[in-house]
Amino acid sequence: MKKQNEKIFTILALIVLGVLVYLAENNLDAYKLRILNLGAIYATLGVSLNLIYGFTGQFSLGHAGFMAIGAYVTALLVLPPYYKEMIFILEPLVWPFTVMHTPFIVALFLSGLFAAIAALLIGLPVLRLKGDYLGIATLGFAEIIRIIANNIPQVTNGALGIKGIPEFTNLWWTIGVAVFTIYIIKGLISSSYGRALMAIRENEIAAEVIGVNLTYHKVMSFTISAFFAGVAGGLFACLLTTIDPKAFMFVMTFNILIVVVLGGLGSITGTVLAAFLFNYSLEYLRPIEAGFNIGPIIIPAIPGLRMVTFSALLLIVILYKQKGLLGGVEFSWKGLFRFIHKIFSNEKSSEGSSK
Amino acid sequence: MSLHLVLQNLANGLSLGSLYALIAIGYTMVYGILRLINFAHGEIFMLAPYFLFYGLLIFHLPWWASIIAAIALTAVTGMLSERIAYRPLRDAPRISVLISAIGVSFFLQNLAIVIFTGIPKSFHRPTFFTRLFQFGEIRIQSTLFASVIVSSIFLTLLIYIVYRTKTGLAMRSISVDIETSRLMAVNVDKTISITFAIGSALAAVGGILWALRFPQLFPLMGMMPGLKAFIAAVVGGIGNIPGAMLGGLLLGMSEILFVAFLPALSGYRDAFIFAILILILLLKPDGILGKNVQEKV
Repeated sequence: MKKQNEKIFTILALIVLGVLVYLAENNLDAYKLRILNLGAIYATLGVSLNLIYGFTGQFSLGHAGFMAIGAYVTALLVLPPYYKEMIFILEPLVWPFTVMHTPFIVALFLSGLFAAIAALLIGLPVLRLKGDYLGIATLGFAEIIRIIANNIPQVTNGALGIKGIPEFTNLWWTIGVAVFTIYIIKGLISSSYGRALMAIRENEIAAEVIGVNLTYHKVMSFTISAFFAGVAGGLFACLLTTIDPKAFMFVMTFNILIVVVLGGLGSITGTVLAAFLFNYSLEYLRPIEAGFNIGPIIIPAIPGLRMVTFSALLLIVILYKQKGLLGGVEFSWKGLFRFIHKIFSNEKSSEGSSK
Repeated sequence: MSLHLVLQNLANGLSLGSLYALIAIGYTMVYGILRLINFAHGEIFMLAPYFLFYGLLIFHLPWWASIIAAIALTAVTGMLSERIAYRPLRDAPRISVLISAIGVSFFLQNLAIVIFTGIPKSFHRPTFFTRLFQFGEIRIQSTLFASVIVSSIFLTLLIYIVYRTKTGLAMRSISVDIETSRLMAVNVDKTISITFAIGSALAAVGGILWALRFPQLFPLMGMMPGLKAFIAAVVGGIGNIPGAMLGGLLLGMSEILFVAFLPALSGYRDAFIFAILILILLLKPDGILGKNVQEKV
């Protein structure tokens, strides 16, 4: 297939997506929209984690920390000054934040920027580590960020968190950011930078020998990944309208990691699919908790049963689908048409002469 | 700061450190053999005091019997988790096993919420464990003695098992090379089961001592101690049993002393622990006692 045609198909698909988002925004109730929004935010987070872990092979468990930075920056920038004065009851807010007030899009960009700066500072020393050690060190940094957020009430309102953040996030924003993230990261992966990153993943020493600058590429991948995590954090803050340091414990990183591994490492398509599936199944299982009847047996409402079922399901999926749902397969127009073509040619040649 | 306060804090640090050491052993043994960060270990640790609590409250067992039953049940849970969630993934990519461990951790946590409810339970300690001993100006609770003495006994036992018995030899050989060990007629699956049983039993001992010291039980109580014990294992040199003990003691001490000397910064206690971890990793990536393995091209 020609490059030109692929571009046309992509644009058509985006238009269809836009129509779908428009229909969803106007027809679905707030509960369903919340699930879709969370799915899109997880997709952004998952795709960005996939860049550093799936494509560069660097085990990073710091995403919750970058998300926290993004969430706080957005919250502080979009809240009107008089309101901030009101909610900071532990300690008054420090200067630049008291007067700053920006539109949502600027706040999101700055969220990403701050997360990226933090990633740059953390990444330069830490990315020398390898494998599990890197994972633990980044996990440590994420926890340090959370603990600092807990201990500087003059900026973050401490453990009380920030409440009443305007609910700017809607499907246009979340899907838009997810599409933008995929576009940028897909472009990066297909460029010479992407080849270098994958070379590092496959064999660090070999990559270094053929002239890949390890530190530069690792830090770049880490920083870009953190940028999108920060933006997703900002969206997250304006979706939930309330944030506190507890929301960004390492469990959050684990959730993102689950999304990435379930989708299949190094597959953007898989990550997006898993992100929506993850959030949908969490909600789908909710009725289990409310109590139900199996014939004459009455099962009372048991709080917590939903998460037990969910984690059991997660275990079953990982035990039987060890390479993730898609196993590293990536969506492409070429693949789709080949697939369609195969189905039709199979139908035509049902005698069994297919190649 | 006066001398007796320093001594008091050292004693507290020693007792906390010995608890971290007990939990860290489980992490380090599993990592040494399977190269797996067993994130479910903190939940295993949480289960033991609950088992003890219910043994005492519902089955009205005497203390010694409940403790033994709790340790045994916890060890069985640890073995079962390996059998169900890790063994089928022995040839899978390592990240799958890690996700499986996270899954087990979520599962046990939420199962505990379902069975034990999320409401914290207060743990009634017998007076024997709350008695205070006075040495000059230093006051020491008997749980402190208990934790130091009990963990020393169990750690000595562990060292004996690992370095003086055939099972221990099998464990050490698997940690070097799992395939060759299998060729040398080492029963790999059985040895790994035993490793999980021992690690979980030590976590159970740690959990019970923890509950005697901080007598409140809740389903998420294993998360932070588990993470810190894992850090202790990494600081000491992961895969190295004496390293885990040293790391545990070091971490317990520094945590207590940090709060004692810098009370204004006590909110940053956990951040300090993570900072130590990162510093050690950057200076000596294999931990204090870890062996430096050169990468071959």
